[in-house]
Parts: sequence; structure tokens; C-alpha cells
Amino acid sequence: MSDDLDDLYQQVILDHCKSPRNFHTLDGANRKGEGYNPLCGDNYTVFLKMNGDVVEDASFQGSGCCISKASASLLTATVKGKTKAEVQALFAKVHDMMTTGTVSDEGVGKLAVFAGVHKFPARVKCAILSWHAVLAAVEGKDGPVSTENESD
Amino acid sequence: MITQDTIPTRPNKMTDWAKLRADFPILDQQVHGHPLIYFDNAASSQKPRAVIEALDRYYERDNANVHRGIHELSNRATTAFEAARERVAKFINAKTPEEIIFTRGTTEGINLVAQAWGTKNLRPGDTILLTEMEHHSNIVPWQLVAERTGAKLAYLPVTGDEGLLDLSKLDQLLTREVKLFAFTHISNSLGTVNPVAELCERARKLGVTTLVDAAQSAGHLALDVQKIGCDFLVFSSHKICGPTGIGVLWGRQEVLDAMPPYQGGGEMILTVDFFKTTYKKAPHRFEAGTPDISGAIGLHAALDYLDAIGRENIFKHDQELAAYAYEQLTQLKGIRLFGPKTGRAGLVSFLLDDVHAHDVVTVADQRGVALRGGHHCNQPLMKKLGIVSTARASFYFYNTRAEVDRFIEVVRGIQKFFGT
Repeated sequence: MSDDLDDLYQQVILDHCKSPRNFHTLDGANRKGEGYNPLCGDNYTVFLKMNGDVVEDASFQGSGCCISKASASLLTATVKGKTKAEVQALFAKVHDMMTTGTVSDEGVGKLAVFAGVHKFPARVKCAILSWHAVLAAVEGKDGPVSTENESD
Repeated sequence: MITQDTIPTRPNKMTDWAKLRADFPILDQQVHGHPLIYFDNAASSQKPRAVIEALDRYYERDNANVHRGIHELSNRATTAFEAARERVAKFINAKTPEEIIFTRGTTEGINLVAQAWGTKNLRPGDTILLTEMEHHSNIVPWQLVAERTGAKLAYLPVTGDEGLLDLSKLDQLLTREVKLFAFTHISNSLGTVNPVAELCERARKLGVTTLVDAAQSAGHLALDVQKIGCDFLVFSSHKICGPTGIGVLWGRQEVLDAMPPYQGGGEMILTVDFFKTTYKKAPHRFEAGTPDISGAIGLHAALDYLDAIGRENIFKHDQELAAYAYEQLTQLKGIRLFGPKTGRAGLVSFLLDDVHAHDVVTVADQRGVALRGGHHCNQPLMKKLGIVSTARASFYFYNTRAEVDRFIEVVRGIQKFFGT
């Protein structure tokens, strides 16, 4: 496999895609966000249990490709304990990283494995899908979000 | 008058496929460090030098607007444009060139019929019969016109993964309430070749108007609209070696003449005053505005090119590659194949256990193999089969067995990569 592919499908991503974490519905969830990509049919629901502005627990369900599933899995692990504002700030960093490949700021941690996605323009939407869903969830927006509103 | 004898086909000569492949400059390149294997022909075909040069020639020597200039260039452009119409008529054995309407493609052809024919002929309670294997472009235009007219939709079922039309349900569904029956000739996601002449005959007996979506068949097998016995047939240029942006709607003359215009504008009128317009007959009635002149000229070159090979030869070649690829894929473990086991057209559609189609396509692309992954604009069919997408390899006459071998090797590599 070529270097670019190894960048895209890093071991961490393959691991999370084969054994997704927090892959279930969530008892006591009081927010949820749905993400749908009409191009490929990827469809995820992110469940959040929020206490005030703080994400106490997170999980997800749905189906899609390796990239989208691994991204949702890592996302749910990452947002636990974060405030709404922190999730919003993280979304901006992750979005920037996935579209440009630059890990410009600290705070993305393990999510840095998704920097390689930027070399695959058709796959950026896969990686960012669950992030749109979680953003909608913390902001309390109703209804599914679609990657077709993605401007990149 | 064009007759069957005037259709140039040479089914018996030996074809030098390697020589034909060399006519396609785009195929001679490396992608991600590997020789390009272009297996996305059902989405769009590549173009031979003859077509590219016809476009160049037109723009370098003859370009002008059609049907309105009195000057030399306009005469040349008009002659070339109308010659393309005659060539298309010959390609599908239409009775006259007046039955050929140039559109932007298959999608616009169907929309034209849905709007112009549908709005005039459909009433509340009428049924539009489609099949479950239709492309979105042969579903959505009918939904739009059904909403406007109060007609309802019905679907002839597909048998499951094998992807055949369930003809045992036809009697039950094809009734006198049906005003229009529209179906695809070849399924773009399953590779099924439907018995179009039989379906048209059954419809005709009940006075049902028929539309055949020939997007996947026009450049792959010989088409004769008189033998098929349909009322409308549509296809696109870009899938059959011609330029993008142009397609064909064929309609039976008497059906076209009874249809109101689709769009209004220049080119389609006889007289216009401020409050009343009279319209030309078909085909110009349905071609408002400046048409895609270069597209028609490029399509003309494409049809000459295809008929020099012979569509019987092309179809045989496509089918052999697809049968070979299908047989090789069935040897793999953890694979689900879609479409008929025998008699399939030139494509294979599959899913690997635990590997999403988009991951298959991304890895294949990095190995130089261009596949399509997704719902193939067949979301209702995918839903019925309980899937969201498939990976698809679709072939044309410039593809080779060696490319299929390489493709199979790549698929094996993908299974290994994802540890399935």
C-alpha cells in the first residue's frame, strides 16, 4: 500500500473502524444529532448526555465507511467531559485539520490521525460527518444534518 | 427513408481491440503511480481521438449559430448539426430524423417527456408504472409530474440480489389504468438486460405508452426503436464515446406531434406576437434556444466510430469481460454479488463483508483502478436489497482481461488490508 493510503487508514483508524467505541444508544441521553451523507448513504446518530453545558457521556449508532465510523468512535471518546464551547472550538480545529492537513493547534490529541484525510477530497465528508452531528447536538438543533451543507 | 439495410454493422470481422484502445489518449497514463485501469464506464465513457478531433475541427473552421445565419459558417454549422440528427436516426433505426430531439442527456429527455407528454395526458387516478431498478432520473421526474397531475406511481418488483424483473407480477401491475410504462434497458447497478421488446408489446396491447431508458445500452448493443416497439427512447452521448452535455430523445412521430412544447424560446417557433405564438413541429418544437451544436457533431463522430467496430462486437466483448470478472469475484470469500448470474451486461456490482464500498473504491483508486462506489442513483433499489451502496466495475470495449486480472488482485489486496 502506498504512503497516502497508510496516512488515510492509520492503525488507530483501522482499529476504531473494526471495533468502534461507544457504539450503542445511550441511557439518559438528552441530546442527539443526526448526520447523513446522501452521496454514500453514511448515516450516524450521536447521543449526548449533557449536564448543563457539559457533555457527561456520548455514544453513537449508525452505519457507514471505515473513515466515518472511526471518526465517530474517536469523537465520542474525545468529547466526554468537554463543555459546549470546547466542543465548538474542537470542531473548528478538526475541520481545519481535515481539510488542510495541518495540525495547527494542540488539543486535537489522538484526532491528529485524521490529518491524512485532506489528501482524499472525496473522503473529507466521511471524516467530518459525525462532527457535524455532535455540533448540532451540543447546540440543541433539531433534525438531521447533511454533509451537502458542507461548503468544502 | 432509413431501413435496416442501411445500418452499418460488421459483426463478423476480427476486431483489433488493442488498436482501438490506442485511439483513446486518456487511457495511456499513470494514476497514483500505477497504469490507469478505467472501470467506471457506466458513469461515463472515454473519448476516442476521432471525437476530440471532430470537436476541434468544428471550432477551428465551422463554428456559428444554426438555422438562422445566411452566411457560410452558419450554413456549415446547420448542415453538420442536421447531419448529426440523421446519423442518430440511423443509429437507432428511427423512421425519420424528425423523430430525433437533441437534449442535454438522458435525464433531460425523461423530464421532457414527463413535462410535455405527462402534463397533457395524465389525469388523477392514472398510473405511471416504473420498475424497482430505475435510476433516480427515471423516478423523480415522474414523481414531480404525478404530484402535478394526481397520477400515482407503481413499481414492477425486482427479484432480489439476482436483480431480474419479476415478470410474474406484470399482469397484475400492467393494467388499463396505466398510462405510461417507463423502464431501463440495462440496469446501471445490476447489469440486468431487460426484455424491452416484450415489455413494449405487452404495454401496446393495452394502449399504454412506453419509454425505454437506453442510457446503459445505446453504446453497447444494437438498438432498433422499430423492433423494440416503444414510444420514447432516451440516451446520453457521454456514455457512448461522445461529448458531455448532449443526449437524445427519440419519440414516435405521431406522439411527438401531439405533444405541447417543453421549453419556450428561439428556434422552436413559427410566429410570435406579443400575446400568441405558434410552434414548429418536432423536433424543433422541443429544442428551444441555441442547441449544443459541437456536442451533436461530436456525437456524430462517436456513432461513426462505434458502428465501425460494430455494436454486436462491443456487446460480446463487454459481456465476456463481465462474465470473467464475475466468475473471478465468486472465487473470493466474503463477497456478495449483485445482478444476474448469466447474460449480464458489461458490469459487476459487489460488496465485501465488513468493507464499505467507499473504502474499496478509495484503495482501488490508489492502485490505479477507477471504480464507482455508492448507491448508483438507485437508492430505492438499495433499500430493498437492504444495503446502502455497492462497488461497481463497468467495462467498455477498450478494457482488457489483463485489467480484470489486475482488478481482482487489487480486490484481494483490499480484503487483506482491512483484515477480512
